[in-house]
Amino acid sequence: MTVTNNAPSGPSPDVAGAGTDVEVAVDLITVVVDGVEMRVPKGTLAIRAAEQLGIEVPRFCDHPLLDPVAACRACLIEVEGMPKPQPACAQVLSDGMEVRTQYSSEVARVAQEGVMEFLLLNHPLDCPVCDKGGECPLQNQAMSVGRPESRFTGAKREFEKPINVSAQVLLDRERCVSCARCTRFAEQIAGDPMIELLERGAKQQVGTAADEPFDSYFSGNTVQICPVGALTSASYRFRSRPFDLVSVPTACEHCASGCSLRTDYRRGVVTRRLAWDDPDVNEEWNCDKGRFAFAYLNQGRIESPMIREHGSLRVASWPEAIDAAARGLATARGSVGVLVGGRSTVEDAYAYSRFARTALATDHIDFRARQGSAEEAAFLSSKVAGAPVSAAYDDLESAPAVLLVSLEPEDESPIVFLRLRKAARAGTQVLSVGATATRSLGKMSGRLVSARPGDEANALRSLDDETRALLGQPGAVILVGERIAGSVGAASAVLELARETGAALAWVPRRSGERGALDAGALAGLLPGGRPLTDEQARRDVAAAWGVEAADLPSEPGLIGADLLEAARDGRLSALVVGGVELADFADPGLAVAAVENADFVVSLENHHSAVTELADVVLPVAVVTEKSGTFVNWEGRPRPFGQVFRDALTMSDARVLAMVAEAMGSSLPADVASIRKEMGALGPWTGARTPAPDTAPGASADGVVIASWRQLLDSGLMQEGEPHLAATARPTVAIVSASMAAALGETVTISGPAGSVTLPVVTGDVLDRVVWVPTNSPGCHIHADLGAVPGTPVQLSAGGAA
Amino acid sequence: MPELPQAVRGFGVTFLTMFKKVVTEQYPEQKVPPKPRFHGRHQLNRWADGLEKCVGCELCAWACPADAIFVEGADNSDQERFSPGERYGRVYQINYLRCIFCGLCIEACPTRALTMTNEYELADDSRAKLIYEKKDLLAPLLPGMVAPPHEMVPGTTERDYYANTVKGASPEQVTTSPAEAEEVAS
Repeated sequence: MTVTNNAPSGPSPDVAGAGTDVEVAVDLITVVVDGVEMRVPKGTLAIRAAEQLGIEVPRFCDHPLLDPVAACRACLIEVEGMPKPQPACAQVLSDGMEVRTQYSSEVARVAQEGVMEFLLLNHPLDCPVCDKGGECPLQNQAMSVGRPESRFTGAKREFEKPINVSAQVLLDRERCVSCARCTRFAEQIAGDPMIELLERGAKQQVGTAADEPFDSYFSGNTVQICPVGALTSASYRFRSRPFDLVSVPTACEHCASGCSLRTDYRRGVVTRRLAWDDPDVNEEWNCDKGRFAFAYLNQGRIESPMIREHGSLRVASWPEAIDAAARGLATARGSVGVLVGGRSTVEDAYAYSRFARTALATDHIDFRARQGSAEEAAFLSSKVAGAPVSAAYDDLESAPAVLLVSLEPEDESPIVFLRLRKAARAGTQVLSVGATATRSLGKMSGRLVSARPGDEANALRSLDDETRALLGQPGAVILVGERIAGSVGAASAVLELARETGAALAWVPRRSGERGALDAGALAGLLPGGRPLTDEQARRDVAAAWGVEAADLPSEPGLIGADLLEAARDGRLSALVVGGVELADFADPGLAVAAVENADFVVSLENHHSAVTELADVVLPVAVVTEKSGTFVNWEGRPRPFGQVFRDALTMSDARVLAMVAEAMGSSLPADVASIRKEMGALGPWTGARTPAPDTAPGASADGVVIASWRQLLDSGLMQEGEPHLAATARPTVAIVSASMAAALGETVTISGPAGSVTLPVVTGDVLDRVVWVPTNSPGCHIHADLGAVPGTPVQLSAGGAA
Repeated sequence: MPELPQAVRGFGVTFLTMFKKVVTEQYPEQKVPPKPRFHGRHQLNRWADGLEKCVGCELCAWACPADAIFVEGADNSDQERFSPGERYGRVYQINYLRCIFCGLCIEACPTRALTMTNEYELADDSRAKLIYEKKDLLAPLLPGMVAPPHEMVPGTTERDYYANTVKGASPEQVTTSPAEAEEVAS
């Protein structure tokens, strides 16, 4: 067991955040396993001790991250002094204990053989049509420790198959060996105990309540940990066999949690993705979005470069398109805006950053394709960009208290949620500043610090003494979400609170590329490594690394956020370079569309046809994550490098395309991942004076009914397209209001904002009065486009209407 | 006795051979059937009502030492059923440039869907033509069979098929098959 000494003032220089771990002395006991004497920590399970010796005891229900249950009985071993064989997965070793596994004990061997025969009594042996065939622990262990032949001649138990426990997860009940891994995962890890073992005896089966499917965000993990083929996913069912697949370790591109994944493909098509084992980050879990949302990779791709001629796009050759882009951008040099998508790799973001400052001689660059404010930019530049790890997953686990500000971790960073839930089960106090006490906060046994949308800063400045004392404990952590940008003064208040209490402060963006883009300097006023653009020395460092004169770099911070878009709309910027941005994601989609429409020249680097490519003058197709290598930086600041899955892909990364455009413009950029990494590494983080922290006066919430909102994990996001089974497990689009408001509204409510209205079913929840919660971007409710609203916008509610 | 010259003695062998049974086969004018267990081209068999026996399990591909077999399984749906049970082989290819005719694939097949015929005339003039698709490998429809996709015989489950109790297509199946319906329509 380790504890982490978390000092906010002196963060660990180690990226993994492991450098500060302190080993705590543990009591060792002496045990004998298969005649081998060994010393293990007190409380070790017999199965773990045997593993240390390289002895594999068969098991199904045992999982190191789940509590022991001894349900399957496959791991029976002989324990000296006990009359009957004991399950190794639940047998806690005591000093001097002597255990014997199947290798040295006939009793254990016969017992295991008997259990295996018993488990196979009702197992259908339909391995040829079972997805697990070839990677099945039951198949393997039946071969290694089972009897060669069954003595059972009766009729096997039969069930109707398969049944849907959710739209995505299918259950073949007759294959189940009742190990309870799935039900324990749902209850202990995800906190969604929607599946349970029903009935008794031979009829025992996993099931759900009649009206409540297993719509957990983490349901896919049960498919992965099922030791037989009882749980399968609709998206992978009958797609392939394990021996067909080529597996590549990758990192998840969906959110900033930074899960380690295994991507399996067959003949150039990704067939499935699994959570890979990374104890420091995602342990062995991931969310359903990361697991199942990959169909978009092959859909709606742009096949070849296109240029606009006589008002319409036509296919062009690469040299022609590069030439057209370079000519157009050279004309507009110095007056170009660069919009970088939130899911760029850090290498690609770095290429955009350097391309903007050198080839385009501009500092008008922003990676925040969402609601963003100048205060947030100042907060990120001063505190987060290029900064060492301030809090890591381990720190969350050992923190006495964690304060969430504008962050709903289950929707916005699911692995942070899992780790917080694990921490909360061990005693961490979770506090959330917001307007609604969600079910996920309940799962973390959290407490709501009430704040109307827009009023977060005041709530943070007027925290009661008890809460302040909690955060004042050593190891306390404050996690800030991306929505802090929408609340005036909140970022300043958070910085103030962190200073006062000494709590570690970490920014948890929603998208996988945002932290990397920030570190790469894809934000006006910020050079790579957190260097302030206005700092002479910083400019000299960067100019030297880039091989340009310091005087040639822009020295005045450029435009960001809505200012950048307005400048493009009003003609003050003559060109835009847009890389992987969805215009509907901006807080004001109309402004974003107008900006792209009105700019004289627009270059779009995209992999899918989008609103930007429709309007662009030059469209350059770029690679998706499976076709390039790169690095995401997760919210901790931990690099998550990944390799190229399809090594013979012909598509090029953003960085390589930009390098070609730069070359045509007479500039130069490093084109490949290795040289970009080398250049970034040589630059390193900034150690000088950082940009000043924001100090914005607290804003106030608008009067009347205001909107509280965030993006749900499963919603109308473009990267979830093409996976209907996953979409069917999304939470329903509803408006959540307090009980008193619900009573006044009835069954449905029509919400009217500045741009329009939506009608949604009403659900009663733990929401502040005069606040209505709606999802930001779910089917039937896209608040930016449909309502013209952002969190905190006052809206009109009226009862009824056709839902 | 004076010995005959070596050169003349050699003709003795030729002379004696003239009285032996001729083993030369006049292929291709005269085709001699091979032995019944000869390993020839594969065949994907059908159940008595025309449904395919292949369940797309890929055990043949797994067993193949030459990596000559490619299979992709898929779900039978209520609208389109190709085999009894849940799963069928959507794609089935054997590459006869790779196949070594060892027969391990047919031993592996759990439903006896894959067997080998005696057909040995497998030469061709391009690589592509020697990759046999499912349509090239499927057994011909015998009298009483209906071309899938169609439903199982009413009142039966896949178990009845595996127990070989289905003896032919029922009148209902004849009318439910889209292929048959087209024929009737035309």
